[in-house]
Amino acid sequence: METVMAVLVGALVAASVYLMLRRNVVKFLFGLILMSNAANLIIFASGRLTQAEPPLVPDGLSEPAVQAANALPQALILTAIVIGFGLLAFTLVLVYRSWRVLGTVDGDAMRIAEGESPTAVPASDGKDGANA
Amino acid sequence: MTWLLAAPILIPLATSILTFATRSAPRLKRTISIAGSAALLWVAVWLVARVWTDGILATQMGGWSAPFGITLVADMLSVIMVLITAISGLAVAVYALADIDARREMLGFHALFHVLIAGVCGAFLTGDIFNLYVWFEVMLIASFGLLVLGGDRAQLDGGIKYVALNLVSTILFLGGIGLLYGLTGTLNMADLHVAVQASDQTGLLTVVAVLFLVAFGIKSAVFPLFFWLPASYHTPPVAISAIFAGLLTKVGVYALIRTFTLIFTHDIAYTHGALLVVAVLTMVTGVLGAAAQSQVRKILSFHIISQIGYMILGLALYTPLAIAGAVFYLVHHIIVKANLFLVSGVMQRLTGSFDLGRIGGLYKSRPVLGVLFLIPAFSLAGFPPLSGFWAKFLLVKASLDAEAYVVAGFALLVGLLTVFSMTKIWGEGFWKPHPDGELKVQGRLGRRETACLMLPIAALAALTLCIGFYPEPFVNAAERSAAELLNPAAYVETVLRGAR
Repeated sequence: METVMAVLVGALVAASVYLMLRRNVVKFLFGLILMSNAANLIIFASGRLTQAEPPLVPDGLSEPAVQAANALPQALILTAIVIGFGLLAFTLVLVYRSWRVLGTVDGDAMRIAEGESPTAVPASDGKDGANA
Repeated sequence: MTWLLAAPILIPLATSILTFATRSAPRLKRTISIAGSAALLWVAVWLVARVWTDGILATQMGGWSAPFGITLVADMLSVIMVLITAISGLAVAVYALADIDARREMLGFHALFHVLIAGVCGAFLTGDIFNLYVWFEVMLIASFGLLVLGGDRAQLDGGIKYVALNLVSTILFLGGIGLLYGLTGTLNMADLHVAVQASDQTGLLTVVAVLFLVAFGIKSAVFPLFFWLPASYHTPPVAISAIFAGLLTKVGVYALIRTFTLIFTHDIAYTHGALLVVAVLTMVTGVLGAAAQSQVRKILSFHIISQIGYMILGLALYTPLAIAGAVFYLVHHIIVKANLFLVSGVMQRLTGSFDLGRIGGLYKSRPVLGVLFLIPAFSLAGFPPLSGFWAKFLLVKASLDAEAYVVAGFALLVGLLTVFSMTKIWGEGFWKPHPDGELKVQGRLGRRETACLMLPIAALAALTLCIGFYPEPFVNAAERSAAELLNPAAYVETVLRGAR
């Protein structure tokens, strides 16, 4: 099970790095989403994977009678998912707003803060465009 | 005692909620904002006094004993950082009264500002690595909001770069936490210290350490991960730039100091060796980048990077004097850098531009502003007897003691180049005549506005002078926190007391 998880995390990270190397900010954002899911899976796997061992304490005992699944990683991931969702929602709105105001989603064309005059790059160049 | 430790987080959060609730009553929300900042300062002074007399304080949230519950810990480094956060927070809150326009105030400037302060204080006080991640996120989301508040073209442009790279850092941090938890089975930082000391998997620990190094490296803008900083820090209103410049990267530096003294000390030759290389390259690239700029806030932004190098240098040398130097440098830098940004804002208000080519003649018409610029500027460069001199002195002496002569040489050279940048701002902005002839006052500062803008600048400059002329208590505090950091037994004992 750990092997499958490791391969899955690796594939997610590889895909996200590929996406994040694109100039299109929207694709960069998709890369971030994949990578944050990979990080969540790392936490999940780090808590040791078990099958059918619910962390329940039987009546009359103060701790689980047999080995139980680790409940902590799920709490951590839940926190991370909530935070990550908020951040990604914000980023999505930011990208959308930038596209409306700056007229581009191409990271290389965003040069206003660098002190250069705004270059009028069309919002979409066909395959790498805003509607991707 | 519990409430005293939680107060630096709760006060800004409460202030934030109140300012948001009263956002349509301009006078009321401004009063609340200032009162909240002052209350935070009061609590921070109290906290420093308590820790100074009683030693490290710790409390467990929700009554769950460590290492299972979330711990708040106040050691010397934490309370120094909280105090300096409160000072710069109050200064910027006053400055913001005259700097932030009504539209941005209505959009929730005050609420976001105080959430940012709460996040910063939380990051300084927490004793739990996952909780540190949460406070980082609180701080980040508030800083995202502040950076793009108002939605200017340049702000959105800078915001994209800032948000994108900081999110990458966050995810790396989260992945690092996952792996560290998998290796040690704990998230409490004191317990991590014990677990890492007992662990024999040094190779894997080093990998995790490097993940943390990269994550915090992006946050603290070290070479070669600093590109988001000069792309974004000059875009928002000055008050926002100033609080970012003062605090945000320093939280990254704090996290580096905390993790690389408390947790990752298993392979100092490798991890701290890497930090040393990073420190020197950060110092040099930052100062060279600044030399190429002609816009005041961009010059200052690159200088943040260069100064971060000095702090990392102190951590990398890992001797008591060097760590004390790094802590002293943090304190000095936050005050001086926030102040320089505030001064740059007044310069822009008076002359109409941040661009050195288009301004000038400020000394002739505003000599007081000139003096108030020179104090932080020379302090940044390390002129005796200002605060920056003692900070650099401690670090250079520490590197000479450690026989790192090349590093010491670079530290001195970068100081010299800093003088070059500061004299450039002085010569172009203050000394040379204005390119359009006589200085035209653009902003027409009223009396109330002048008071709001100049009071924080004067107060921070006075603090710089105070540290410069009476460095003794500050050096003592820095040395005491260095002693605590290098010998974490007391920290661990305080946090885990009653747990085993």
